[in-house]
Amino acid sequence: MSKQKRIASKTPFAPKIGSIVLQTIILGIVLAIAYLLFANTQQNLSAKGIKSGFDFLWEEAGLPIGDTLIEYNPSRGYGYAFLVGILNTLLVSFLAIIFATILGVLVGVSRVSNNWLLSKCAAIYVETLRNLPLLLTLFFVYTVVLAALPHPKEAIEIAQGYYLSNRGVYLPRPIAQQGFGIFLSAVAVALGVGLFFWRWSIQYKHRTGRTVSGFWGGFAIVVVISSLAYLAAGNPVSSELPIYKGFNFRGGLSLKPEFTALLVGLVIYTAAFIGENVRSGIQSVHAGQIEAANALGVPRGVVVRKVLLPQALRVTIPATTNDYASLVKNSSLAVAIGYPDMVSIGGTIIGQNGQAVEIIAMWMAIYLTINLVISFVMNIVNSRAQIAER
Amino acid sequence: MREFKMFKNMKYTAVAACALGATSGLSAGTLDDVKAAGELACGVSEGVSGFSNPNSDGVWEGLDSDVCRAVAAAVLGDGDAVRFVPLASKQKVLAVSSGQVDMTSRTTTWTMKRDSAEGVDFTAVVFYDGQGFMTSTQIGVSSAKELDGATVCLTTGTTTELNLADFARANNLSIEPVVFEGKREAVEAYASGRCDALTTDSSQLASFRAGFADPSQHVVLPEIISKEPLAPLVAHGDNQWKDIVTWVVYGLISAEELGVTQENVADMAANSGNPSVQRMLGSSGNTGGMIGLESDWMVNAITAVGNYGEIYKRNLTDTLGLERGVNAQWTDGGLLYAMPIR
Repeated sequence: MSKQKRIASKTPFAPKIGSIVLQTIILGIVLAIAYLLFANTQQNLSAKGIKSGFDFLWEEAGLPIGDTLIEYNPSRGYGYAFLVGILNTLLVSFLAIIFATILGVLVGVSRVSNNWLLSKCAAIYVETLRNLPLLLTLFFVYTVVLAALPHPKEAIEIAQGYYLSNRGVYLPRPIAQQGFGIFLSAVAVALGVGLFFWRWSIQYKHRTGRTVSGFWGGFAIVVVISSLAYLAAGNPVSSELPIYKGFNFRGGLSLKPEFTALLVGLVIYTAAFIGENVRSGIQSVHAGQIEAANALGVPRGVVVRKVLLPQALRVTIPATTNDYASLVKNSSLAVAIGYPDMVSIGGTIIGQNGQAVEIIAMWMAIYLTINLVISFVMNIVNSRAQIAER
Repeated sequence: MREFKMFKNMKYTAVAACALGATSGLSAGTLDDVKAAGELACGVSEGVSGFSNPNSDGVWEGLDSDVCRAVAAAVLGDGDAVRFVPLASKQKVLAVSSGQVDMTSRTTTWTMKRDSAEGVDFTAVVFYDGQGFMTSTQIGVSSAKELDGATVCLTTGTTTELNLADFARANNLSIEPVVFEGKREAVEAYASGRCDALTTDSSQLASFRAGFADPSQHVVLPEIISKEPLAPLVAHGDNQWKDIVTWVVYGLISAEELGVTQENVADMAANSGNPSVQRMLGSSGNTGGMIGLESDWMVNAITAVGNYGEIYKRNLTDTLGLERGVNAQWTDGGLLYAMPIR
């Protein structure tokens, strides 16, 4: 670090008075242009009689939304409707990131696999998905979802209360009964004990060198205590089954086809890119290291977990951070297949009250916030994955 | 939806208004211009079946096209002396206010803002449109009020979603909307069974219905949940020209009321004993002269395209299966009420 500083102070481009003045002038010009744009927009908007400001967020929205995470009805405000959209965007992005990561790792590992069929399949997958426009993939998935599934009247019943139809997947909705609080606290205690056991097993191994299966042990503790608590509390959770009535199922939980299609589309598209990141990560690890570990008789699984992955991650994580950010931004294509995300709902609001500048600013602020949070988290993960220099 | 597109025209309107102010002193009036040109420049859509749509021979068909023909026939004596100018939605008001066309007959909703602040005048309503619902006959629904619990496909726009939500709230229905950006996606989602119903302007529903493989499997429900009165428009300030277009439309509607058809118009003009018919067809008095036209103005118009009922049947009922509904004569319980020609 100190070495770098010394080099910097010796560079021939050290700031001088002249360059400071120049930079100040350029900064001033940029700020002046920004102000001019802002003032001009304000003036034009008021000249056209278009309101500005965020007061409209409290006005009654009046627009219907089909798929909401929180209770919504059209008498709620524009702001609340927009919030419904933000939550939908967050939900689909969050789930898509998780599934895309899992699928991406599988694809990446398959691509470098020695199995000829597996690696070729992965290669075809990657080349197909990443070379097709996402919009096309979404339309395709949506059409397939709708075409493959029957009308709710002839819904496929997987088990009692679980239905598959072109109106979505319907599941029983869990409802808390008496004793749910007791059950919940018992689960919390079980989790605590399980985690403690896991940590203890790691320390025990460090101390004695003997291996105790900490993860599975802890897992067993959680399962056993939770099930006992469930029985003791006397069925603390009941469920509301979806029932076909009139046009569609009523009650229960539902996953709408638009949501499913968007999720699947985003996952398979992004997984192709993540797969490539994983492949480049794996290939960046020097083959000699793996050979050395194999020569020492280290088990195959341990080679992967302790030698290959930690080094591959250093290459994989920064590129994957970009793909996560792209995924969040790509979720705005939801409007094309009818999923009410933030862009879809915001677009309707613009259509109704004409305050495009405010809504676009809100879109930008939300996407920026989501992606900065992702960057922040991924940077922490990244700094942990990098070589700890001593 | 129409109102939103209009909104984008705001900045052009000011320019157009200035241009209009500069030229109105020089112009001798649209009627003279049309006579001098020997043809009527009439703005129509880029293709909405039933309203204005070129057929396979390139001939414009539809209710809006026929209104253009009727005006040309009344003014020039020739229903084919029309130059059809296809206009995009955002041009339809500007093209009139700037003088690019003599009139526009293009599914344009008569709104206060357009009539007052955009340099155009509306003439007479030729079609009362409004948002409606289409469902599959299989679900056995005969009224939109029975759609409780149904899923409805629609496109995003100014009023479509709002109207649906208002309708659902007013009738205490729980309706699940699926909102698409594009019309095609919404129609396809409906066709694939994702939705129980599709909602948009009812005339468009009829058009979509006609496009399905088996239109008899789908039915447009009787409820109309918004007001979209469609009327031809002319430039603001030329009162004589506005009168001409207005009274030609009233003439077509009156002709149906009075039983004057394309087939019997010559006979009626010569032999009818009904004073109203005589006045309209110019066999007594000179109604044409009141608006600067020949006395046989309506004879020509009706000879060219028939009366309103014939126009409607030819373009909307026969091809799209659209019933008269609110567009029936007032005597049949509809909204069509032509002002008396006398």
